[in-house]
Amino acid sequence: MLADFGFVGLFIIVAIAFSALLIILPVVFRYLKIVPYNPNPIKNATFECGMETIGRTWVQFNFRYYFYALIFLALDVLAVFLYPWAVELRQLGTSGFLGALVFIIVIVVGYLYAWQKKVLEWK
Amino acid sequence: MVIPNIAVDAVRHLGAVAPDWPGHPWWHWVVFTLINIVFILVMIIGVIYIERRAIAWFAARTGPNRTGPFGLLQAIADAIKILLKEFITPMNADKIVFWIAPAVVFAPVIMIFAVVPFMNGAMLADLNIGILFVVAISSISTVGVFMAGWSSSNKYSMIGAMRLVASVISYEIPVVLALAGVVLIAGSLSLNDIVLAQQTVPFILVQPLGFFLLFVGGCAEINRSPFDLMEADSELVAGFHTEYSGMKFAMYYLGEYGEAVVMATIISTLFLGGWQWPFLPGWLWLILKIFLVFFTMVWTRATLPRVRIDQLMAVAWKFLFPLALINLLVTALQVLAGWPEDLLWLMGIVNYVLLGVLILLWSRMYKVGWGRIEV
Repeated sequence: MLADFGFVGLFIIVAIAFSALLIILPVVFRYLKIVPYNPNPIKNATFECGMETIGRTWVQFNFRYYFYALIFLALDVLAVFLYPWAVELRQLGTSGFLGALVFIIVIVVGYLYAWQKKVLEWK
Repeated sequence: MVIPNIAVDAVRHLGAVAPDWPGHPWWHWVVFTLINIVFILVMIIGVIYIERRAIAWFAARTGPNRTGPFGLLQAIADAIKILLKEFITPMNADKIVFWIAPAVVFAPVIMIFAVVPFMNGAMLADLNIGILFVVAISSISTVGVFMAGWSSSNKYSMIGAMRLVASVISYEIPVVLALAGVVLIAGSLSLNDIVLAQQTVPFILVQPLGFFLLFVGGCAEINRSPFDLMEADSELVAGFHTEYSGMKFAMYYLGEYGEAVVMATIISTLFLGGWQWPFLPGWLWLILKIFLVFFTMVWTRATLPRVRIDQLMAVAWKFLFPLALINLLVTALQVLAGWPEDLLWLMGIVNYVLLGVLILLWSRMYKVGWGRIEV
């Protein structure tokens, strides 16, 4: 089993190297004069449908999924805890099911509260 | 046929003998690394071909048909063309993040195939946490997309990337819970064991609700139309890759279709029986099933109009998530009841009735949101 994880680790390195190769290849081609390189200020400007960009991009703006992210965090923890339970449910039996049920109910109460507080509305 | 035989042989050695690092297992790793990378690239080309021809067919056009027989070489011609294009780095961009982002999107797509079985035991590594590995790795691409949107220093890209993060974290929950239903029945996280558990009945017949959730949530997570709001070209130019050009743009293109291949592979492995089917070799069945699932996705894209962002979120939180929880609990009860093997078809019928009733009831109970919204 440890060897399997080693294989996967090596494979991940190969995958990253392959992706890096795809990025570096055009740079090599540029030095070989196969890929053209003629920069100018208009070409390198930020694209905005022909208009010139006003102001910076990295500013604070109101995007409405702050609460979604919070609920996601709680529910993702639920999902992580349910996986080992799902694998071993046959061994755990009814008591295991009831334990998970209590856990799910706790989360669902919070979810219903959020829904009732209109957190799930996009407004 | 020769290569899979060698590979299966290598796996047998790995299982039988304690894996001593120098020697035989290395060949297993080398063979499967090559197979995986070639497989993903060939599948991406095939999937792009299917998408363009099928969309053309649905739209009563011909599609690409000049390059090679039936236009089969069109994707390769496009790749060569785009490799030789000039690439532009915008003045205002965050240069380092801008250059790293395409790799962060594309590398996870290759990584996932490490745990996908092509035939019985023919995989790079039979991890006992297979599905968790898939879920964990497939989330990394989102980070790459957000890096791209942020570093481009373009407002459209930024909004597109924000929308992507919002939709992916919303659809992650139903997808993960739908996968847990399969884990309950199979009793294992290893993808190979799950395929072996579908010897008699593929899980689409036993878990129709799980399949529905995974298909809808998967389409949203890989940003396929009708959920492709992050690159809604009528409002956001091209979303997060507006500023990209040349090979870096091509990597997003590859990554997007690669994610579609990954999602189709996961669906066909978990629900359609993976390599299991008679007559043809297993890996060929797997490829055919991947193409079938992908064709269904293209069909969905051609049929349904694009949804609005508030509707997108409402479907995930108010429709799919409760259904996913109910599906999980019902499946757990059925597993606990110790359903006998020869009555699986009855369980399937029960679950199909449940699917219909739940979807009908639940779609009456809440409003997705229509008309104008105040912004």
